[in-house]
Amino acid sequence: MPSKPIQDEKRVFMTGNEVVAWAALAARADIMYGYPITPQNEIMHYWTRLAPKHDKKFLQTEDELSAGFTTIGGVLAGFKAFTATAGPGNTLMQEPMSMAEMMRLPTVVVVQQRGGPSTATVIYSQQEVMLTTFGGNGEGLRIVYSTANHQELFDYTIKAFNSAWKYRFPTFVLGDGYQAKMREPLTIYDPLDKNIELVKPEPYVGKPGTPAIDRPPTQLRNTFSMEEELFEALQEIIGDYEKVAPEIAEYQSFGTEDADLVIIAHGVVSRAARLAVKEMQENGLKVGYFRPITLRPMPVKEIQEIASRVKRFLVVESAYGQLARLLKEAAYRSTAEMVPLYKPGVGVTAEEVVKKAKEILS
Amino acid sequence: MTIQPAMPKSWRADTKPHKFCPGCGHGLVLKALGQAIDELGIQDRAVFGCDIGCSLLSWDFFNVDTVQTHHGRTNPVITGLKRANPDLIGIAYMGDGGGYAIGAQHLVSAATRNERITAILVNNTQYGMTGGQMAPTTLPGQKTETTPYGRDIEQTGHPTQGPEMVAAITKEGAYVARGTVANLRQLKNFIKKALQNQIEGNGFSFVEVLSTCPTNWRTNAKETWHFVENEMTQYFKIGEIKAPDSKGPEEGQTNG
Ligand code: SF4
Repeated sequence: MPSKPIQDEKRVFMTGNEVVAWAALAARADIMYGYPITPQNEIMHYWTRLAPKHDKKFLQTEDELSAGFTTIGGVLAGFKAFTATAGPGNTLMQEPMSMAEMMRLPTVVVVQQRGGPSTATVIYSQQEVMLTTFGGNGEGLRIVYSTANHQELFDYTIKAFNSAWKYRFPTFVLGDGYQAKMREPLTIYDPLDKNIELVKPEPYVGKPGTPAIDRPPTQLRNTFSMEEELFEALQEIIGDYEKVAPEIAEYQSFGTEDADLVIIAHGVVSRAARLAVKEMQENGLKVGYFRPITLRPMPVKEIQEIASRVKRFLVVESAYGQLARLLKEAAYRSTAEMVPLYKPGVGVTAEEVVKKAKEILS
Repeated sequence: MTIQPAMPKSWRADTKPHKFCPGCGHGLVLKALGQAIDELGIQDRAVFGCDIGCSLLSWDFFNVDTVQTHHGRTNPVITGLKRANPDLIGIAYMGDGGGYAIGAQHLVSAATRNERITAILVNNTQYGMTGGQMAPTTLPGQKTETTPYGRDIEQTGHPTQGPEMVAAITKEGAYVARGTVANLRQLKNFIKKALQNQIEGNGFSFVEVLSTCPTNWRTNAKETWHFVENEMTQYFKIGEIKAPDSKGPEEGQTNG
């Protein structure tokens, strides 16, 4: 029995990458496969320091294709396997994750977004939203948690392993360079001490017994010779996804009931949005706040509900309308106006949000 | 091809006759592999990974746990599996395009890291499933769909010497051989040794197999065998290139 990863609940002051390594340990992840890319490198650095002490494994691969496909191998063998990437690495990661999507493999990928397109900056952005939610030649059948602070990075990394193994869809924790590199206080804990159940992994291949004698062989494929065959397989996967989507979807909101304007943001930008909304509310403005925590699946019901009574949204993001695209789809049929505050590749401050909101309201 | 008279025990009978074209070498390679699995008694812990290309047609070929991966990505999938659970016997099955072109970085890296997996690569000098384009293994002057006037080595390079490359970059413990469907007994022995090498945890094991593709070669039976036995062997030497008990490539036995 490997030692308990975190003895007692404790307050710590850590970078987000360190937080992810601790969270993976707390979630009882077994193995990480990874390839260096900024700004996620320190996840590997911390994991490789922690892993041997806790009987965990690590493999540095030749690229992100390999990191993704070896993660798939680890999952097939029945282990909680994960990887971490960013930017161009996330682009390559989409190939293995499309396989995971088709085969319902519970891979976990932590993405620390950097500037794009291409290699751009290693610093920060929210430009990997489309890639992480709908990347690959697939249908976006995955779970994507967009975290806003270090406590969430810890909580949702643990949750990502649980959701992946419970629902059997590839699961992503979508962070960014600011979250990766900043230090913040948070509480780390052993989820078992808080009665958080940890979903147990199980092998897809190599189960006990001889195939065809003691059990049927596991034969997984993602190639179909007939259109109808593929259609049927997809109907089932899509059906499963639709069924569990409402229970997976998460969001935060306040003050939307009688709002003239609702500000929507995700991830670290939602912190600026939240501050801005609080400040404006204190000044008597009727402004509300909404933040999808899951970007796949989106909290569609809640977005539609708000969109049915609010006339205007202000969509704030460090990308050129990637969140807005998801919102527009979720709010389909609503006539609510979506005013953009897009700052691709750069951070957004509460002051900027307040200024923009006041312009709209005046 | 009709049902083999002596079907290996590890074959899945209800998926036979198999899906390869008549005269295709894949069925023979998989027969040798099936026999090796039987003789080693590893049907319960072998995991077979097949690549994209005609090799994918083997996804339900064995009564062995199987996963069909992407083009060139079988080595990493099997590597990941083996790293997570070293008790499994990981077999990565791919074509020449998968191993030497799109997945070359994975083959090189698995070999360099001496991954305890067994890779079997079918060399039939072109891309079968996509309709016969030039592969890294296409012979000089050979006509394919993308070299309609014959492969020009000035423009497109020489046939990849895969096992020789793998032998050069692996350290002690690796097993590297090149077999042929024209000598099934020898091929089975190579594959068996390659698997045994993994079972013993010595290192990476790699077997390239010279194989046939009459469909894209557009050859009759006689021409097919002539090509694999006489023309391919001018560029690709049959034999063991590296074995854990040998010192280096020069000591490997060749009997092509
Ligand atoms: S196309 Fe060639 S390699 Fe593919 S199954 Fe037919 S004969 Fe075999």
